[in-house]
This record gives sequence, structure tokens and C-alpha cells, in this order.
Amino acid sequence: MGGAEHRLGLLAAAPLALVLGLGFLAPLAIVAAFSTMPERVFDLGHAPDFSGYAEMIRQGYWRSLLRSLAMALTATLILMVLCWPLAWAMARIWRRFTLVITIAVVLSLFVSENIRLFGWVLVLMKGGLIDGYLRHWFGVGVDGLLYNPPVIVAGLVYVYFPFMLFPMAQGIAMAPEDARAAAMDLGASRWTVLREIDLPLAAPGIMVGALLCFVLSAGAIAEAKLLGGRSVISIGDDVETAFTYAQNWPLGSALAVSLIAVLGGLVAIGLARVDLDRIMGRR
Amino acid sequence: MADGAAAKAWPVPAPDAARAPILEVAGLLKRFGDFTALHSVDLKVREGEFLTIVGPSGSGKTTLIRLLAGLEAPTDGAILLRGARIERRPANQRPTCMVFQSLALFPHRSVAENIAFPLKIRGVSRAARRARALELLDLLRLPQSYADKRIQDCSGGERQRVALARALAFDPEILFFDEPLSALDYRLRKTLEMELKDLHQRTGKTFVYITHSLEEAMVMSDRIAIMRAGRFEQIGAADEIYARPVSRFVAEFMGEVNLFTLEGRAGGLDAGPLQIADGVSARLGLAAGRRATMMIRPEGVAVLGPGETAEIMLEGRFHDTYVLGSRIQQRIDLDDGRFATVETLREGRIDAAPGAPVRLGWPLARTHIIAEG
Repeated sequence: MGGAEHRLGLLAAAPLALVLGLGFLAPLAIVAAFSTMPERVFDLGHAPDFSGYAEMIRQGYWRSLLRSLAMALTATLILMVLCWPLAWAMARIWRRFTLVITIAVVLSLFVSENIRLFGWVLVLMKGGLIDGYLRHWFGVGVDGLLYNPPVIVAGLVYVYFPFMLFPMAQGIAMAPEDARAAAMDLGASRWTVLREIDLPLAAPGIMVGALLCFVLSAGAIAEAKLLGGRSVISIGDDVETAFTYAQNWPLGSALAVSLIAVLGGLVAIGLARVDLDRIMGRR
Repeated sequence: MADGAAAKAWPVPAPDAARAPILEVAGLLKRFGDFTALHSVDLKVREGEFLTIVGPSGSGKTTLIRLLAGLEAPTDGAILLRGARIERRPANQRPTCMVFQSLALFPHRSVAENIAFPLKIRGVSRAARRARALELLDLLRLPQSYADKRIQDCSGGERQRVALARALAFDPEILFFDEPLSALDYRLRKTLEMELKDLHQRTGKTFVYITHSLEEAMVMSDRIAIMRAGRFEQIGAADEIYARPVSRFVAEFMGEVNLFTLEGRAGGLDAGPLQIADGVSARLGLAAGRRATMMIRPEGVAVLGPGETAEIMLEGRFHDTYVLGSRIQQRIDLDDGRFATVETLREGRIDAAPGAPVRLGWPLARTHIIAEG
């Protein structure tokens, strides 16, 4: 690249760099700094004592962190299995119809996540659609459809499935089609083809989808709040509470930094195994 | 199959076994919706032969080879391998294997892993797989250091050899080839054609190869099958098809040719621009109203000097010279707007100015008569 071209590139990147610097990096730095402050202070002019982290451990906040990670992991694994057939069909079988599916899925994103989840609440809640109809028909209803980890996982699966579906379909589409036929021809069974050819070749797409779903699910607040109520507390919920009701910014910051550290570590490990250039079609 | 079988030396077929059909195709029909790609074809492939199926694009040759390999199911008809029907068996249950046009190598595997893939499926141990992969690298004249190379880092010719090695690792009864050389440049293609023919001889395997390139077919094959519009037009040795094509299509497909329509007349012969000597017409024995095509290859045509005569003669005007390398092709314009082609060695070329009159001639024995149905 020539010097002039290089400078032009930097110039073009400057506005977005500024926005990201002020809007993303600076707040992160502030949160990181706050996480070291003594409890319940509202400025950074104190000696760091890391009491936020201490309280996180003492009061058992790490449990909600683990719970969130476990729910995110479960949701991601379910999404992998659930999306594979559809992604396969979109990449390999349907031609025109793939566009219809794509538009339908994207359109569903136009409706706010909260509204979609409230729909679930209305259906599942005590006295809601399911409970009400069951009572009407059989005289017995069902309690306890809401406010448990499985329903939250279901909500996560529902909300984040496009983030698994599209990268996965992209990953499948990148794999050369003849490779399957050749593997079959060389004696491989369907399962062997899946294990030896389909999955490894689609792995970059699956990995990207899994990372997106996992990271978004782990930090999700709405699903846990609406479907989990006060009985299942997610880490995102805890962060919000610490910053708002509890007015304990250092604790909230410590929780946020811990979450970011765990997710960042996992993403780094995941991305190291993925060839991003190939996904972007540069090779 | 066990390790031992996969690692065995290449069997040398007994001379008499080499003639028995290993693969038989009977009434094989394939329709895609309303389109019939293959019209109930029959074919016998002899054990150990190199058979090339050649035809223009859309002639049904790819459909045929995919049916033979088991990648497609036929609409009707039978495929017999050593007498056993296999047409309904999927590809992974047939002891045959195909080299794809795209080669279909596995990009996420190393060269050795690609080659040893069929062995891995059979549960051959890691060490035995590696050993066999190295042996096959040798057989294909690739350095053993290539074993751990990535497919992306191999050149076109090297990938070609890896694909071949992988197919041989499968140790198939028959190896099918779906135009594997078509994407390569001319020189590399020529080299690989020779290598393929050589490999065929060294392994003693039965090769069934499809291509649209007649040249490729003639260089490598024991027999050639010419396909046209979903049917076999002619099957035979290259020499035989070249010298005695059964139709104008085959004659024209097999390279440059001069074709003249003959029509029997009461007490004579309408031969168009040809002057046929007395007595020769009678030997053609064409009944009145019957038509036939006289074929003469350009290399069979002689240029007549002043006063020279031949059994069959033709007059025209010199048009132009095309240098083929060791040989020269020259075009002679005829009065009826068509032209004749003469092919000679460099020293035999016609030395004439464009438009100069030229007389050509050849004996009847050099021609081939294609009867018209």
C-alpha cells in the first residue's frame, strides 16, 4: 500500500474510530477503573481496594455468573443442533425459498425483543393462554411454566436463533459440494461424512454463530427478567441492579468486568481456531 | 477390508482375464423430468482396459459416469459388476471410485490424510495409513515430503496426483474419471495424459474415463466410446473408429475429414464434384436412389501433378495453408462453395498462390464409405 493510500485509509477510519473510542472504549475503561474502587463511591478519587470483587465472591454473585454461562452454553448447544438442518437446507437444497426464509427471519428481528418475550409471558403465565385453556377444558391448569432456567434457555434459543442460523448456513455454503460426494464414493457412511466432511468444513461458520449466541446469551437481561422473574437471576440482571437500585457502582463494575473477562477469554480461544479470511470470502 | 488387503501389491491381470467384462451396462435409462439424458444404453467394459467415453457437452457422458459410480440412480436398466447387479446400491457400497472434475479433495486435510481417507473409513490403523499414503506418493511420483502439505499449497498438477492417489488408496475394482484434466493448461494436460496411461499399465486397474477431448481419448485409451445425445454412436479402438466411422457425426468428431455425398443413379453415380474413374463407380455398388458418404482423411489426399491421374479426382483452387507443427494442412476451395482439406508433411506441401488451380486425387482403397440409413 502506498503512503498516500495509507493516510487516506486512516482518515476514512477516523470518524468511526472516534465514536468507538468515546462511546465504547472510554466507558469500558471507566467501568474497569470503578471496579477497583471501594464500595458505594461515586467518583474515581479513592485508593483502589478491589472490595467490589471481594463482595462479589462473599455475597455469592459468582453463582449468577456461572448460571448465566451455563444457560448460555445450553442455549448455544441447542441452537447448534436445532439450526443445522435448516441451515443445511438453506445452503444446499432450497434455492429461491432460502431468500423467503431469510427475509422472514430478518423481519422477526424488526419486532422488539421485549414485545416478543411478553408474548411468551402471556402464553405461559399463570392464568395465561395455556393455563387458562387447560383449566377451561380439563378443570386443571399448569403452574410453574415460567420462572425457571429451562424457560429462560428456551427464550434465549428463540431470540438468538438468527445469530446461529445465518453464520452456520454461510459456513455450510462455503464447503465444496463435491467433497461430500467424493467421501461417499470412497465408502463413507452418512455419519462419517457428517463427522469428517460436513462439520469440519462448516466449522468456521458454526464457531462464529456459537460465539455470537453464547456472548449475547450470557449477557442477556430481558429473557432472564421477563421469563425468570425474581426466581432466576442472571449476571446481567445483577449488574443492572447493582448500578441502579443498590447504587453500588464498584460492585456492578466488578461484576461487569468479570463477565467481560470470561467472555473475552472464550471468544479469543474460539476465534483463534477460525479462519476469518475464509469466512469473509477472501480466500 | 483389512490392512493387508489395502496394502497389497498391484495385481497383474492374467492375459485371458483381461478380456472378460468386469462391468456390464444393459438398457440403462436416465430421465430428469421430461428430459432423457440417457436412452437405454448398453456397454461392456473389459477387465483391465482403459475405456474412454467421449462426446460433446450434453451428450450424456457425465450422467452415465455418475450412474456408474452410484452418485445418481437410474430410471431403468441394469449395471452389473462381475455379474452382480449394483445399480441400486449407493456409491458408498460400490467397490468403484471416481476422480471428480473438481477433484473434490478435502481442503481441511493434509495431502497424506486426503490420500488415506478411504483407509481411515475401513478402520486401518494410523501407522498403516501413513505407510500406504507414502507408498502412493511414490507411485504418483510426488516427494514424500508432500505428505504433510496442505492441499491449498499444492499446484494443479500435484492436486491431480493427490486425487489419483486417494482413488488408488481405495483400491477400487474400477476407477472412473470425470474429465479430471479439463481445468489444466495444455502442457500439463499432455504430461498427465501420459502419466495416466502409464499408471493404468502399472496398476492393471480398469479405467473408465470421460472427456469431451478426442485427443485425450486417443492418446490414452484402449477403446473409445463415442456418445451423442444420450446414445452410443460407436465403440471401438481409436484406430478403428478413426478409419471406419459408422456415421458422419463420428467421422467429423474424430478430426478433420473430407466428406462427399454419393447418390446412385440408373447406370451411373452422382458424385458431386468428384470425378470417379470408369469401373470404380461400379465397385462402389450403389443402387439407384441410394445415398452414401465417401470419407477421405486429409492425409490420404495426394496432389496430382500435370498429366497424373487417380481413381478419384477433384479440382479446386488453392485457398490457404495452416501450419500444425510437423504437419501442414491446406485448404482447397471447390466450385460448389465447399472446400477440401489436404494434410501433408512439411516437405509435401502445395506450393501455389491463392486462387491457383489444384488437382487432388486418391485411390478408392483409402476411402471409407458410410452408408446412409
